[in-house]
Amino acid sequence: MKFWDCLATALHTIYSHKMRSILTMLGVLIGVAAVISMVSLIRSEQAMVRESFESLGANIIFVTPGTPGSGHGVAGPFASSTTLTMEDAQAIADNAPSVEMVAPVSQSTTGIVAGGENVGALTLGVTVNYQDIRNFEMDQGSFITEQDYKGKARVAVLGNELAETLFGQMSPLGQNVRINGRQFEVIGVLKGKGEAFGTEDQAAMVPLTTAQAILSSERASSAGHIVQAITVQAKDSDAIVSAQWEIGEILRQRHHIRPDEEDDFTIISMGDIERTADQLYAIGELIMGAIAGISLLVGGIGIMNIMLVSVTERTREIGLRKAVGAKRRDILTQFLTEAAVLSLCGGAIGVALGWGAIKISIGVLANMGFPFPAMLPGDVVAMAVGVAICVGLASGLYPAVRAARLDPIESLRHE
Amino acid sequence: MIELENITKVYRAGQTEIPALREINCRIEDGEMLSIMGPSGSGKSTLMNVIGCLDKPTSGQYRLDGVQVGRLNDNKLAEIRNKKIGFVFQSFNLLSGATALANVELPLIYSGSSNRRQKALQALESVGLSHRAKHKPSELAGGEQQRVAIARALINNPSLILADEPTGNLDTQTSKEIMLLFKQLNEQGMTIVLVTHEPDIAAYTQRTIHIRDGRIEAVE
Repeated sequence: MKFWDCLATALHTIYSHKMRSILTMLGVLIGVAAVISMVSLIRSEQAMVRESFESLGANIIFVTPGTPGSGHGVAGPFASSTTLTMEDAQAIADNAPSVEMVAPVSQSTTGIVAGGENVGALTLGVTVNYQDIRNFEMDQGSFITEQDYKGKARVAVLGNELAETLFGQMSPLGQNVRINGRQFEVIGVLKGKGEAFGTEDQAAMVPLTTAQAILSSERASSAGHIVQAITVQAKDSDAIVSAQWEIGEILRQRHHIRPDEEDDFTIISMGDIERTADQLYAIGELIMGAIAGISLLVGGIGIMNIMLVSVTERTREIGLRKAVGAKRRDILTQFLTEAAVLSLCGGAIGVALGWGAIKISIGVLANMGFPFPAMLPGDVVAMAVGVAICVGLASGLYPAVRAARLDPIESLRHE
Repeated sequence: MIELENITKVYRAGQTEIPALREINCRIEDGEMLSIMGPSGSGKSTLMNVIGCLDKPTSGQYRLDGVQVGRLNDNKLAEIRNKKIGFVFQSFNLLSGATALANVELPLIYSGSSNRRQKALQALESVGLSHRAKHKPSELAGGEQQRVAIARALINNPSLILADEPTGNLDTQTSKEIMLLFKQLNEQGMTIVLVTHEPDIAAYTQRTIHIRDGRIEAVE
């Protein structure tokens, strides 16, 4: 029996039992649609997060107080320990050759009042170069200047979301806000950074000098002015690792940490954070793959079930085919082809359905303010359809063998 | 030519052995039209299955056109059924989803022939049904369905047509037409073996083998 005849026979059988065929395909169909849409959405999100990482600034290293692994990492570069000082930042700037810029940051939770609005928000004390290091773009006005910094000026730059909360559609430039009861003039509004790293979108920034003078509750410790983070920019991407090492050495020396003692600070680069995030996404994909695998397995059981029923129902047909010259392998191939075609169709419709689901989800997410890029992951499509066909063949094998083994005499007598 | 020598067939049901055919000796010449008669349980179906290469004898020799077929493997038997034997059944056994034409083509799929459509149309024409080629079995009358089945049996130009109660599901008039068709095919040189329990049908044949309890009782 030729392959085309086999295929034609299978297609004819599938077509003449439309309802049953669709029900048979359903398991595989849903499995394929699920895995494709899930993996695609995970990858879209990953792509977006990567973009956010890049918007944070190039070759960035965060130094935060507290021992490594004490719970921040991806969550936030700011922590509550108090082991980092202005002087540490200065030492890094002076002594680490791989470092381009250093920006110490202080952080306090403050009440901010403007007009009738009163919100709790972070106020960051920053240096002038913080804008360059973090790639901040101005929506309105300008960033803190050298003059502001030196003069401990009472000026503030607002994140775009904070500005909107406080002033609505009105331009905040030149307006006054009260931060912890102190009056500041708004000189600029930042452009939004997006969802993954929107901390600054909801924060206010003032000159670090001003913050230390009038906002910080800790003021100065014996070691100097405390900062909550030091943001460092390495000279280039190749210098990141050496910069991390240099910073570690400088801080250990300054903090009198013996070689066998744990660091009281954490150095983390954007690369580290990205790697952690990528690991999380890989795990997510794996879990989705497992779920889809289970649903494909269930789909396979469905195919086997229907094929067994079909073999019983078509016993006479099988008997007749054998009587007119069909060999065992002809019958085997016929039923295997049918199972493979069923699962392939299920897979193909699943891909179409999955693509539809992706499109709809992307649309919904875009409406909610998450502009994910829509993409159809080619490798996953190929894998899902391949697995679907394998599932079809595997689950069609037992019914096909049963059909091939039927005795023609018995089968012809079957009612 | 069909030669049966000491054909025995024994079915086993657990410990007991049930003999279905006992030492059948018979010779059917090319171009003969012959009927096998017998009450139910006589072994006539078993004999027909052996002649049709659907079943193998327990012992004895069966030669079809000089080829010893009694001991061939399943694949070889399938080939012989495909090329040398045309089956006609009481209940027609047509594929309900396929057209008359496709039904007639079926054996050609397994022999890998070319020009299938043309050959099937010719076969349908020879049973007087070329105008119904595109119809499905459910749209055809019983006699027409049996004609399609006969066309299917003829398609590979077999040595022998084996018909098991071919008129069992048909009324008298249609039965007569079908028997006349068989007669006509026989006159064109086709060897035909009919299994029946109706003397009226057996009367169309030149020779009748009566079988009872697995033995040939009489030949007339």
